[in-house]
Amino acid sequence: MNEEEIKNIIFQLLKKIAPDTEPSALQPDENIREVLNIDSFDSLQFIVSLNEKLGIEIPEEDYGKISTLKSLINYLLAKLKSQLS
Amino acid sequence: MSSVRTNIQPNLLDYEETLTSFSWDNIAGELSGLPQGKGLNIAYEAIDRHSTGNLKDTVAFRFIRKNRVVDDFTYSMLQKQTSKFANVLKNLGIKKGERVFSLAGRIPELYITALGTLKTTAVFCPLFSVFGPEPVFQRMNKGEASVLVTTSALFEKKIKQLMEKLPSLRFIILSDAAGHLSGKVLSWSKLMEQASDEFIIPKTDPEDPALLHFTSGTTGMPKGALHVHKAVLTHYITGKFVLDFHPGDIFWCTADPGWVTGTSYGIIAPLVNGVTSIIDEEEFDAKRWYSILEEHKVNIWYTAPTAIRRLMRMDINVKETYDFKNLRVILSVGEPLHAEAVIWGEENFGFPILDNWWQTETGGIMIANYASVKVKPGSMGKPLPGVEAAIAKVNDKEITIISSPDKQGHLVLKKGFPSLFRAYLNDEERYNKCFLGEWYLTGDLAKKDADGYFWFIGRADDIIKTSGHMVGPFEVESTLMKHPFVSEAAVIGKPEPSIGELVKAFVVLKSGNEPNDEVKMNIMGFARKEMGPAVAPKEIEFVESIPKTRSGKILRRLLKARELGLPEGDISTLEQN
Repeated sequence: MNEEEIKNIIFQLLKKIAPDTEPSALQPDENIREVLNIDSFDSLQFIVSLNEKLGIEIPEEDYGKISTLKSLINYLLAKLKSQLS
Repeated sequence: MSSVRTNIQPNLLDYEETLTSFSWDNIAGELSGLPQGKGLNIAYEAIDRHSTGNLKDTVAFRFIRKNRVVDDFTYSMLQKQTSKFANVLKNLGIKKGERVFSLAGRIPELYITALGTLKTTAVFCPLFSVFGPEPVFQRMNKGEASVLVTTSALFEKKIKQLMEKLPSLRFIILSDAAGHLSGKVLSWSKLMEQASDEFIIPKTDPEDPALLHFTSGTTGMPKGALHVHKAVLTHYITGKFVLDFHPGDIFWCTADPGWVTGTSYGIIAPLVNGVTSIIDEEEFDAKRWYSILEEHKVNIWYTAPTAIRRLMRMDINVKETYDFKNLRVILSVGEPLHAEAVIWGEENFGFPILDNWWQTETGGIMIANYASVKVKPGSMGKPLPGVEAAIAKVNDKEITIISSPDKQGHLVLKKGFPSLFRAYLNDEERYNKCFLGEWYLTGDLAKKDADGYFWFIGRADDIIKTSGHMVGPFEVESTLMKHPFVSEAAVIGKPEPSIGELVKAFVVLKSGNEPNDEVKMNIMGFARKEMGPAVAPKEIEFVESIPKTRSGKILRRLLKARELGLPEGDISTLEQN
C-alpha cells in the first residue's frame, strides 16, 4: 500500500465521521481534529476504523504522534513496513 | 359579532404593567363565588352564574358529532343538565370527595358528567376512551372510583372484565343504554329522567378536591394529580390573558378531556369566561379540521404540535383554500412548538402560533406567548402574571436560583398559585419529592434569556450526559427538523462506556427520500455543522414513525428501552398509529 492509497482511506474514514467537512483539503501539517472539528469520541472512532481497514493497531500512547495528516501517514507507513518485515 | 375581529384589543395589553399590578385576590373578585358566601365551586363559575343572565341563550358547547350533525347546548340548558346529573349522583348516595370517572369519547354525556360531578363536590376523573383494560384498571384502582360513566360498547369491551377487581366501584352508568342492566349497571337516560333539574351547590371550600388527572411518569406507574376548586382562578385568568377570550368568541380546543388540556381548556376555561366552545367528536383529519375552523367561524383555536406538524406536511395552500377571517389567535401546547411551526403559522394564517407551557401538575397555563407580547419563535414565552418561574440549580436538598441569563437549569415555580396540584393520590412520597422549600420542581430543564423569555431544553430525566456535558434532546430534535429531508426526529442518550452516553437520533424522512447512507451522512454533516460534534448525533437510525403519547409528547424513554432491550414500562398513553 502506498502513501496515496493510505491518504485516500484516511479521507474516506474522516468524511464518514465528519460529513460536513472536506478532509482532502487538509494541509499536511494541520491538526486533523482541530481543522475538522472532531471530538475525542469521534477521533477514537476514527482510530478504530483505521484499525479495521488497515489491520494496524494504534496504542493509546501513540495518539499524540498522529495529530497531523503528515504524521499520521508516516506513522501508518512505518507500521505497515514493520508488519511486512 | 364575529365579522370584524381585527379591531379586537387583547385583554392583556401591557404585560409588564400587569405583572406589577396583578394579585390573585383581585382575580378572585372577578369571579362570583357561591351565593351566601358558601365558597368557590368550579361548576358554579362555569355555568350557574351565567345561566340566568345575559348568557343564558348563548351556546356554551357546540358538539360536532362524527356525522357532522351539530348539537348545541346553551348555558341554561347546560345548567339544567348538569344539575340533573348532580341529582343523579346525590340519589345514588355519592358523597363529597368520592371519585366519579368517565371513559368515553367526546360526547355530551362526558361533559355533563364532569360539570355535574363538580357541582356535588365529588371529584371528577376523566380517562382516555382509547385506553385498554389494563391502564383503565390501574387508574380506577388507584383512584378508587365509585362511579364510572361510559358507553355500552366500552363497558362490554373494557370494563366488564374488571368489575371483580374493582371493589370500590359501586355504579356504572351507560350513556346509551335504554334501561338499567342491573342494580349496579345503570342507564343514563333512565337516571336523568328521574332526576330534578334543580340542584343547589353545597358549601364548597376553595381547597376542596375537584379534579383528578392521571399522568404517566417517566418511570413506573401513572400518578394521580389532585386539583382543588380554587384552580378555577387559573382557568379563568389564563382564558382571559392567554386565550384572550372576548364576549361572543367561538373557541375550539382540540384536546380530549382524557388529558388535562381537554378538561382545563376543553371544558372549564371557556365556560368560566362565557364563550362558546366547539367540541369535535372525530379524531384529527386535516380537511375536516380546516373546514370546521371555517364553517363555525372559530376565533380562537387551541391545538397541539402533533396536529400542526401534520397540517404542515399537507400540501394545502391555506390562504387560497379557506377563509379564516374570523380566526385571530392560534395556540399550541403538549410539547414544545418548533420555531418553524411558529413561522408556518405566520405565513399561513397571518400571525404566529402562540406556544405555551404547563403540566398536568400545574393545572393551567404557566408560561405563555401572548397576543400582545413579541413572539420569539421556539420560546415558551413568559410567565403568566401571578406565577413566578425561575431557573435553578438543584442538588439533593438544596436549590439555588440562577439569575444570570441563558444558563440552563431546572425550571421551578414558586408555590402558591391556585391551580398547583395538592397531592399525588395515595402517593405522598412522590408528591413530596416535587418540592424543595418554596419551589415546585417541574422536572423540566429550561433557560431564561436576558429579555425574560423561557426556552425549553428537555425533561430532566431525558437529558443526555455525553462526554461530560448535558445535551437536551429537544434542541437536537429541533435542529434535525430544519434539515430538508427530515420530517420528525427523536433523540435519546445511548449508553456508551467511553463517554457516558452518545447522542442517538431516530429520524423519520419526508416522503421521497431514501433511507440510505448518503442521506444519513448528509443529515449527520448538517447536524455537526449546526450543533458541533459534542451535541450532534453520533448515530442516526431511520424509522417509520416516532412513538408518542396521545398528547403528542415523544416517548423517549420507550425508544431508549427498545434500544437497550429493556421492558417498555407504562405505555398506556402511547398513540397507536
